[in-house]
Amino acid sequence: MTPSLEARELTKQFGSFVALDRLTLKVDGAKCVGFLGPNGAGKTTTLKMFTDLIFPTHGEAFVNGISVQRDRKSALSSCGALIESPEIYGSLSPREALELVGALRGMARAEIRSRTDEVLAAVKMTDWADQKVGRFSKGMKQRVNIASTLLSDPSVLLLDEPSTGLDPRGMAEVRSIIRDLKGQGRLIFFSSHILSEVVDVCDEVALINHGKLLFYDTLQNVTARFTQGATSIDAEFLGPVRDDVAAGRIATLPGVAGWSRLDDRRLSLMIQGGPPARAKVLEQLSALGLGLVGFHESRSALEEIYLREISTGDS
Amino acid sequence: MNADPIAAETVGAPLSRAPLGSVPGTWTQALLMSRYQFRDYLRSRRFVLMIAIVAIIAALLSTAVLYFRPAALIDSSLAFFGTFWVGGAEVLIIFAGIIFGGDAIAGEFQNKTGYFLMGLPIKRWSVYAGKYLAAFAASVVTIGLYFVYIVLFGAYFLGSGVFTLALFESLALALLYLAALLGTTFLFSSLFKTSLYGVLVVAVLFLFGFSIVIALVEDLAHIEPWFIVTYANQVIAYPFGSIPAHVGRNFAGMKTYAPTYLEGILIMLGYFLGTAFAGLGLFEREEFT
Repeated sequence: MTPSLEARELTKQFGSFVALDRLTLKVDGAKCVGFLGPNGAGKTTTLKMFTDLIFPTHGEAFVNGISVQRDRKSALSSCGALIESPEIYGSLSPREALELVGALRGMARAEIRSRTDEVLAAVKMTDWADQKVGRFSKGMKQRVNIASTLLSDPSVLLLDEPSTGLDPRGMAEVRSIIRDLKGQGRLIFFSSHILSEVVDVCDEVALINHGKLLFYDTLQNVTARFTQGATSIDAEFLGPVRDDVAAGRIATLPGVAGWSRLDDRRLSLMIQGGPPARAKVLEQLSALGLGLVGFHESRSALEEIYLREISTGDS
Repeated sequence: MNADPIAAETVGAPLSRAPLGSVPGTWTQALLMSRYQFRDYLRSRRFVLMIAIVAIIAALLSTAVLYFRPAALIDSSLAFFGTFWVGGAEVLIIFAGIIFGGDAIAGEFQNKTGYFLMGLPIKRWSVYAGKYLAAFAASVVTIGLYFVYIVLFGAYFLGSGVFTLALFESLALALLYLAALLGTTFLFSSLFKTSLYGVLVVAVLFLFGFSIVIALVEDLAHIEPWFIVTYANQVIAYPFGSIPAHVGRNFAGMKTYAPTYLEGILIMLGYFLGTAFAGLGLFEREEFT
């Protein structure tokens, strides 16, 4: 069965404040979808309604075609969720906490044991498997939380800012875990403030602001649509590049549609065309003898789109 | 290619696929919840606190009785248990209710442990029932310790004849009172998302609030306070023969009330069922905002 998530007219009002406004979104297939939006946009509200932590004022949420509001137990049986950095009972060890999760999910004892070892290893918590969670740092608790969402091998994963509380190494590990999971037939839907993280691991992005969905598309389409088919590339040089060199020699190269300065040694180039065009520009740039030391797709493309869309929504 | 050099170094082989289990029934999940919650209670400081309270009561009682040796109490099994067991149990049940139940539900919101559980395929009913059973079991352990102490202490004065039916009848009534009190505690714990409020309300009500209401209702309104659970708990002493008149008069000639045996049981049962369902209803509708 293809994993799926669907929100139908999902609406949540807190008094007169509309936190989520008729969100209709269908996501299916094994992929990773980044759920973006500023603070208070409605990301966590949406994920909480997908897990029945809060109840919609109107509309319904479905996991694998089952309504969460009508049958939460069946809907969540194939779903692993990590919402708002939960706390685990302090007197339990990670192993015991995962035993509880496994038992509540109906996993066999032997299966719980082997999966517990596996997921704790994946989140680098094997050495603390039998220590009390109450003594753990926020980051360590978050690792155990991630392990608990993976324990039963769910086909759908709902992750609410999973990198919260983790150090850079932990964040990188989470990204790597998500990439691995994506390749194993799962649907991963995760909210994040870290755009580079989304670019790194997501195939598709959904952006919401003020409770309304602004767009949902593949990362490629979103970037292409907002950059008119051009790719933003950061080019880095050994030494400073003067404006006349940039405008006269670099911007005139075939395929280069525009440029802007990032700093003394770095330029942002808009390149028209796909990978072959980029390869050609790289070749020509190297041949200019300016000491090219870096040439990579700009991670700020999504950031630019994000900021533009959010500010449009705000105005 | 792994785009993340740090992760490429540190993360091992990809996770293998494991078959999903089939989610157990609601009751099975409630029992599983209660097992882990009970374990959490046994390892907690609150359990140590309850044991300390039992130990203090036992130490004070032992010292006083051994020093004064009140003949009227230590020569009769009914008088001994009617006084020392009932008096101690009533106090301990209130403490157990407050300590184990006061933040049971509110804590899930305040400490965010609810987010860990409620994202799982489990009905709120199972979480509520599991936590209730765990709180009940932890309370029974501590009250059981007092029961064992009082039986051994009684045996010291009265010999092996302490194991009377009355003693176990009273124990059963005490457990019914505990069930009613925990139900009330869970109701208030569901009402508030802050643990302290739940604990405070229950402490105030059971330690003196209900007593004041009973006095007011009896003395001013001149009606039987059948709707107060601490009025009903008097029946815990009834198996030892000290059953007062249902309606009597005090030294000032004012009417006094005492529940009948059946009435006491029904009030406690009513409290248990009413508060348990009301608390569950609140928890079912409470949002993890």
